[in-house]
Amino acid sequence: MKKTKPLLIVDGSVLAAPAAKRMGRRGKRTRLQNRMFRRYVQLSIASLCLVLAMVLILVGQTGLTVFKTLSPADFFFSLDWTPEEDRFGAGSLILGTLMLTGLTLLFAVPLSVGVAVFLSEICPPWLKRIYRTMLDILVGIPSVVYGYIGLTVLLPIIRQASGENLGDGLLAASLVLTLMVLPTICRVSDDALTAVPSSYREAAYALGSTRLQMIAKVLVPCASRGILSAVILGMARAIGETMAIVMVIGNTAQMPRDLVTPTAVLTSNIVMQISNVEFDSTWSHALYMMAFLLLILSLALIILLRAVRAKGGNEA
Amino acid sequence: MSLAERNVSRSLRHNRAVRFWNQTATFGFWLLGVLLLSLILWLLFTIMNKGLFSIDFSFLTKLPEDMDEGGGIGPVLFNSFYILILSLALSVPLGIGAGIYLAEYAPKGKLTEFIRVCVEGLASVPSIVFGLLGIAIFVEAFGIGLTILGASVTLAFLNLPVLTRVTEEAVRAVPEEYRSAAYALGSTKFQCIRRVVLPAAMSGIITGICLTAGRAFGESAVIILTAGLSTSGRMWDFNLFSPGETLAVHLWYIQSEALVADARQIADKSAAVLVVVVLLINLVFRIPLWLRTRRMK
Repeated sequence: MKKTKPLLIVDGSVLAAPAAKRMGRRGKRTRLQNRMFRRYVQLSIASLCLVLAMVLILVGQTGLTVFKTLSPADFFFSLDWTPEEDRFGAGSLILGTLMLTGLTLLFAVPLSVGVAVFLSEICPPWLKRIYRTMLDILVGIPSVVYGYIGLTVLLPIIRQASGENLGDGLLAASLVLTLMVLPTICRVSDDALTAVPSSYREAAYALGSTRLQMIAKVLVPCASRGILSAVILGMARAIGETMAIVMVIGNTAQMPRDLVTPTAVLTSNIVMQISNVEFDSTWSHALYMMAFLLLILSLALIILLRAVRAKGGNEA
Repeated sequence: MSLAERNVSRSLRHNRAVRFWNQTATFGFWLLGVLLLSLILWLLFTIMNKGLFSIDFSFLTKLPEDMDEGGGIGPVLFNSFYILILSLALSVPLGIGAGIYLAEYAPKGKLTEFIRVCVEGLASVPSIVFGLLGIAIFVEAFGIGLTILGASVTLAFLNLPVLTRVTEEAVRAVPEEYRSAAYALGSTKFQCIRRVVLPAAMSGIITGICLTAGRAFGESAVIILTAGLSTSGRMWDFNLFSPGETLAVHLWYIQSEALVADARQIADKSAAVLVVVVLLINLVFRIPLWLRTRRMK
């Protein structure tokens, strides 16, 4: 969007005719306030940039130190995370994060897109209002509470169903995560579906299609970009979630054999171990490297998201 | 049967199949919607039901016990609010300022665009990354250990990009004509922003602050790493350098490591308190907004 700036503004202050000059004290104060405010917003953006730089530099630098004592191949591809015996292979944790995210999306995407279609096309307006409020409430519930519910309600069910005596693992974690990313994916796809012009719908109906045909052949393809951004947002949330997962995944750094074996992901591993290690040790550096990896991953997802959005903008 | 008749019967059959699938799908969507809604309601009911009705005032104010039954959550609840308020006091002014800068002052160009990408990226970076940043700064560089101060500042770092984004979006959504009108009346940029742009963007900004505050209240990964798992053991401890376990952390701690006898009840009640406070934060801040929209109507 191009902003049209009024002609009279030079250097942020208005030279609106000689009248301004004659205003005297009040005018001076106004201009002073104007300059002070400008300083203030510049100060805020500077401090924001400082925080950005600190995150990137402090976490990145500390993390990358790990490669002084460890080869990147060992760190990324070895599946053996036994820090007590100086074996720092993050491969299993990275795979754990990827598998958990994949499994979560497998559950969450069909569910939430289905509900989004229901919300935007089928359900009556009064129910829609209630539904949206409920989804907003769901977003607001703290992640420890999700973890707690998973621990006290979901795990006993899984234990009974699978016969394992713990029940912690990818299945429990992905079910809890599904509930957590569902409102995000739902709301964003719902917005995308609602934004499809109603003339498209009318055209489809005029050709004699049923509602299902309209949804499958017109609505969802038209909103596909919006749905894709919703999925990316959900993915970003799933990758970074920590406390809810810590409580239900079992926190054992091993490759999971099945969905109910205790395992660990990047976030859970960091939070369980960082408090117990020396800051200047390979162990701690390896944990920082994992955090840096998470940082890069989510930045990459956001760049992808912007690309998806920008392309959509050009077409429209 | 003639060819025409056969065609008619085939298309009739096709029509029937199409209608059947349409009806099945409608039913399916309704089923899905109703099931999910009841799941959400059941979830809220479970959280509230187990804890809410057994909460009394002394539970909210008493000190936690190490081993015996009947401990409260006084200091951790206090720490939650204390850290929340400190972090908001730091991050709200800076976040709003930075958002206004990005929307109103920033020159167009590669650098601005880069900052924007970074802000959007950091707004979705896992909170644990900020936790590690907090450790690196406060525990290692400054050597003050696990403190309320460290947790508040780190939490403010976490909130800053989110607040900046929300503000920028809300300010950008204000129509350009408003600004032109303000300038035409001879206002300076500051007057225009303060009297015209900010009031118009206020509801978006406040909603954003509410959501951020709710998120910060329930945040636990950052707090565990920067404020620790213990309190100073006193009520109303305003000391910035004492350890500051919050309610969200307490819920995790009591469930996984504590030895106290009635851990389950305390956890149930703490979960209910957490959810109720987050809902209240989202509600209370918005009441002025409702009143304002009413008045404007």
